[in-house]
Amino acid sequence: MAARGRVDIGEIPIYGVVLTLHCAGLNQLMVRRMLCLNRLRRSGLVAAATSPACEGSVDNIIQVNQLTKSYDSGFQALKGVNLSIRRGEIFALLGPNGAGKTTLISIVCGLVNASSGTVLVDGHDNVRDYRKARSKIGLVPQELTNNMFDSVWSTLKLSRGLFGKPPNDGLLEQILRELSLWDKRNDRIMNLSGGMKRRVLIAKALSHEPDVLFLDEPTAGVDVELRRDMWDMVRRLQQRGVTIILTTHYIEEAEEMADRIGVISEGEIILIEEKDKLMQQLGTKQLAIQLHSALEQLPESLRADALKLTPDGYSLIYTFDAQSEQTGIAELLKKLDLAGIEVKDLHSSQSSLEDIFVGLVHKRRDEQRLGESQ
Amino acid sequence: MNFYGVKAIYQAEMARMLRTTLQSVASPVVSTSLYFIVFGAAIGSRMTEVDGVSYGAFIIPGLIMLMLLNESISNASFGIYMPKFTGTIYEVLSAPVSPLEIVVGYVGAAATKSVLLGLLVLITARLFVSYEIQHPVWMLGFLILTAVTFSLFGFVIGVWADGFEKLQIIPLMIVTPLAFLGGSFYSITMLPPFWQTVTLFNPVVYLISGFRWSFYGAADVHIGVSLGMTLVFLSICLALVWWIFRTGYKLKP
Repeated sequence: MAARGRVDIGEIPIYGVVLTLHCAGLNQLMVRRMLCLNRLRRSGLVAAATSPACEGSVDNIIQVNQLTKSYDSGFQALKGVNLSIRRGEIFALLGPNGAGKTTLISIVCGLVNASSGTVLVDGHDNVRDYRKARSKIGLVPQELTNNMFDSVWSTLKLSRGLFGKPPNDGLLEQILRELSLWDKRNDRIMNLSGGMKRRVLIAKALSHEPDVLFLDEPTAGVDVELRRDMWDMVRRLQQRGVTIILTTHYIEEAEEMADRIGVISEGEIILIEEKDKLMQQLGTKQLAIQLHSALEQLPESLRADALKLTPDGYSLIYTFDAQSEQTGIAELLKKLDLAGIEVKDLHSSQSSLEDIFVGLVHKRRDEQRLGESQ
Repeated sequence: MNFYGVKAIYQAEMARMLRTTLQSVASPVVSTSLYFIVFGAAIGSRMTEVDGVSYGAFIIPGLIMLMLLNESISNASFGIYMPKFTGTIYEVLSAPVSPLEIVVGYVGAAATKSVLLGLLVLITARLFVSYEIQHPVWMLGFLILTAVTFSLFGFVIGVWADGFEKLQIIPLMIVTPLAFLGGSFYSITMLPPFWQTVTLFNPVVYLISGFRWSFYGAADVHIGVSLGMTLVFLSICLALVWWIFRTGYKLKP
């Protein structure tokens, strides 16, 4: 059963509806059908797609079960997190500041002790069998934490040795060349640029040939060109079979790279979904209709939640469900024609992952406030 | 056993010493040599023998021990404090290395540096005073045992400290006074009886006494007591380090 507040695939249509209902005006019958289906899933009559039974058949490289973390201050950073990462995928973990992303990664990597729950890395418990579990993980931390006085080459050798791997200068050279750091191998890290320092961190994580790579906000403070280079590198790593888990604030990054997306908020995973499905199921589209002349207000025949007039009166914004067979656009254009409103231009755009993410997090907060007030 | 892991930590720490030769090697050797010149050559020439040994030769074990305590603590505490301070500790904590291996790497390197410095100071002392070593194996044994014990103590301080002030306060305010008052420059038999008893509560007395015995065969306390007390300090430090890793104290929230 899903943890409190977590959304599984079965619930996604509901969120899609909630997000778009007030603006898209989907028909009530469909909503009732979805709610009914969701209730059936909760009751166990219809299996949810992310139920353990279903996930068991997938080759998971990381399995997080009922993970909780309370700090001495009393702050509960994680509240029973369940998460499965599939072998070879790029998984993006999104969440606002303080949601628990870094705590979750830190527990998996062994940097923070969990209060309860278990983490399996390729079948190895990360506490009882920590050597095998940790040797499979490479971590690129959020902060630029390099030993500034070390040379690039010596810091890489240290990383490889720490993970119990025999020296392999050829591999380290290959990694440095791939990250355009070979020419800098003898330079002290303190003399490198910020972007290079971040690449050194990536090189260190790769130096011990991990099966899973954690990238904690890898492109924070990195220029556009370098960000693109990093994305390319991440894709190359995935092609070699490395599983990648990245946390990011740049929704664009998740949208561009991830196979699946998880959203964490206030210590709970509130959604896990294939990116494409998420975009499809939750995506709303907007149609911007530019008018020849400004309207003071919408005519009575056009008044609907889905249609808004911009303050300057020169544009109408129509929001609709991209997946629906009945978008209502043709009907709207007819109504405009009948009302004698002359259209100058049309432009449609799809909602971004950011819109979806913000919508989900806000919705959850609203739910909690409602729960508290009751 | 993650042999490569231990080796990596050890080599990185030794490289740090080589990178800072002036501060890590030259500075303690020069300052200890100054003690030899001032106390041994200048004052010693006007003093009578202590326990049948010239004063200049008498202070050598005490001065080496003084330097050894300070260097062991400072090497080991800096070794673990700096990664904590800069954040690079994440790599060690997320690596498949056991607490024992981490300690062997850091403390082993710190103790190695201290022993090397001790031997270097011993050789340097020869330039100023002549001395003999009656029990060279015991001398080396005490040198290594003390270096390991106080490197462990330094490791504990490095984990405990959350600022540079805390890092310095125990070596400056506790260890150095205890070493000065522990018979580095005098035999405790030279003190009035009351102060002799008080001095026996100073743990450094046993270290210096044992070390001096290995040089000249004479000591303030019995060699067995010195060895026993050194092993007690070692056990206390080991227990503290074990507790740190068991609880994650200041390393893992």
